[in-house]
Amino acid sequence: MSRAEAPPAPAGRRPRALWTFGLLRSELVTTLRRWRTLALLGVLAAVPVLVGIAVKVETRGGSSSGPDGGGGPAFIAQITNNGLFLVFTALAATLPFFLPMAVGVVAGDAIAGEAGGGTLRYLLVAPAGRTRLLLTKYTTVMAFCLLATLVVAVSALAVGALLFPLGDLTTISGTRIGFADGLGRALLIALVVAASLVGVAALGLFVSTLTNSGIAAMATTVGLLITVQILDQIPQLHALRPYLFPHYWLSFADLMRDPVYWDDLVKNLGLQALYAAVFGSAAWARFTAKDISA
Amino acid sequence: MAPYESDDATAAAQAEDAPSGRRKAARYAVPVAVVGVAAATIGLVPALADSGDPALPKITAQQLIDKIAKSDVQRLSGTVKVSTDLGLPNLGGLESTLASGAARGGDGSSADPKSHLTELVSGTHTLRVAADGPDRQKLSLLESGAEYSMIHDGKDVWGYDSKTNEVYHGTAAASAGRHRAAPPATPKDFADEALKAVDGTTSVTVDGTAQVAGRDAYKLLIKPKQSGTTVGAVSIAVDAKTGMPLKFTLTPRSGGAAVLDAGFTQVSFARPAASTFDFTPPKGAKVTEEKDRRAPQAGGEDFAKGLGGAHGPQGAHGPKVLGKGWTSIATFDTGAKGGVPSGSRGGQLGGFLGSLGDQVSGKFGKGTVFSTRLVNALITDDGKVYAGAVTKDALVKAADQGK
Repeated sequence: MSRAEAPPAPAGRRPRALWTFGLLRSELVTTLRRWRTLALLGVLAAVPVLVGIAVKVETRGGSSSGPDGGGGPAFIAQITNNGLFLVFTALAATLPFFLPMAVGVVAGDAIAGEAGGGTLRYLLVAPAGRTRLLLTKYTTVMAFCLLATLVVAVSALAVGALLFPLGDLTTISGTRIGFADGLGRALLIALVVAASLVGVAALGLFVSTLTNSGIAAMATTVGLLITVQILDQIPQLHALRPYLFPHYWLSFADLMRDPVYWDDLVKNLGLQALYAAVFGSAAWARFTAKDISA
Repeated sequence: MAPYESDDATAAAQAEDAPSGRRKAARYAVPVAVVGVAAATIGLVPALADSGDPALPKITAQQLIDKIAKSDVQRLSGTVKVSTDLGLPNLGGLESTLASGAARGGDGSSADPKSHLTELVSGTHTLRVAADGPDRQKLSLLESGAEYSMIHDGKDVWGYDSKTNEVYHGTAAASAGRHRAAPPATPKDFADEALKAVDGTTSVTVDGTAQVAGRDAYKLLIKPKQSGTTVGAVSIAVDAKTGMPLKFTLTPRSGGAAVLDAGFTQVSFARPAASTFDFTPPKGAKVTEEKDRRAPQAGGEDFAKGLGGAHGPQGAHGPKVLGKGWTSIATFDTGAKGGVPSGSRGGQLGGFLGSLGDQVSGKFGKGTVFSTRLVNALITDDGKVYAGAVTKDALVKAADQGK
């Protein structure tokens, strides 16, 4: 941690802002330099490559239609006609598990990892305050959400452009939109997917404040993720399901309808904001009141 | 937010290091309060949004029926939610597998309207409708990550299934007789059917007003007076301005949740964008052409047959209708002696089918009654099928008379 980088404070709020920025920058750099983070991003980047090659090999024999029966992730049948659909398929394939798992690993490690490594007290010696440190950690995790999503999207776009034709595309409602419009929607979808991970990020951060073991926090977060995903599949719990954070995750596909169907998208974003508020404040309550011994 | 956000690190650290137990606990009030506020919002907002029934001028039932009849809405776009709860056993994926399997056996395209009609028989579905005059209509069935669209544009009728990227193409001429090739799904389709059944044996009243999809509406309540039917009441919310049915609810006589509830959640009477109705098959999509003269006969008849006659083989003779009004019973002869192998005959399968239905006997002989919350069907051992929105006793009586 390069605490010394913070410039001497002249007066007022400005130094604080600079200070926070310095803290955030050092957090981001530390997080992204970890081999673990790079490996996670590498795995995420590999998913679209695998999907793209699989679809290409599958349809090489001249059959132009996608896999029979409409199985597999959403949009997979359209990839052969337009490489841009690989972006949507890759996001649909990674959103249920790979992306939140990566976020869970980074979020679970955020506080507990520092505590386990014995560096947390040094971070707190710096004149940052616990609240600001927590906010910085959460911002870093959210930045990772966005980065991870963009890695998947960009990798998918590159593979899609290499293996398949690009051009005007047909929305799932059957209307046609131009390639630029399609690209815009792809970016919007990537942002929505990144925002969908905000809830699991807050959950991971809260778990991370509960323990001093980074591994335990990661395992708990990923375990909770899997449990909630399973609960979301049980029809008998239908009264509960709309409040589980992954319930509306796949609603990002509604952006490919024409006109866009906003209902579930809005519900998804609202639910993520709720989870972020609840677990963010719980993490704050825990972290600011906790005895830091490591 | 916190008092220790100061650059004076030592003081802040000290303040944080020794918070009293009470202050520690008080912090947890924040997340609890957030949950409380969220729960209150979720609970209260719908109640507050329900700003009471709109005040509309009084109208008689007959005037309201005339209003529906005169309604001539040419342009609209909106979202319809259809919930069906027939009380059928939940077969989950099996149902759709059977349905698509059947359609596939028929002509091999998942974009065929018929293969999607059966989906509407159970569960909750969101549909989008758009119309611009009699020649341009669109009906889309929203699925998770996919959509099935039926587009009628001039003489072309397209079905597009985005999940499989398959296209079904027919011409409006081939589906002559019905200028809408779409299955009945909108409140208006259902309301038309219900109003057809209105006769002397029905009580029709105006049951106050309501807000549907943000529009003021009258509520028309239709109640069959005859005994023997399973239909409890039909409630239709009619838009006060245009006279278009906005919501259709059918409750069974046995009470409980509505069997069928179809209503607009959002509606606009502006002209939909022209591009809505433009369709060119996407590159690489598999296009199935409609077979000659095989019109997509996706009418209420199919719907009823899908409900009542799901177990019976296709009727050797067309169905005959006994009685009229709400207690009418459709009957046909499967031609197959033996009917449903009940009880001892038919081995394990027979036992399974028999366990789904109830054994009945009467002057007609023996048979099995299959019940849903609305439609009951009697399959006699000599291969006749009686089905209708009537009670079991009425079915047995009809079978006795038919003997």
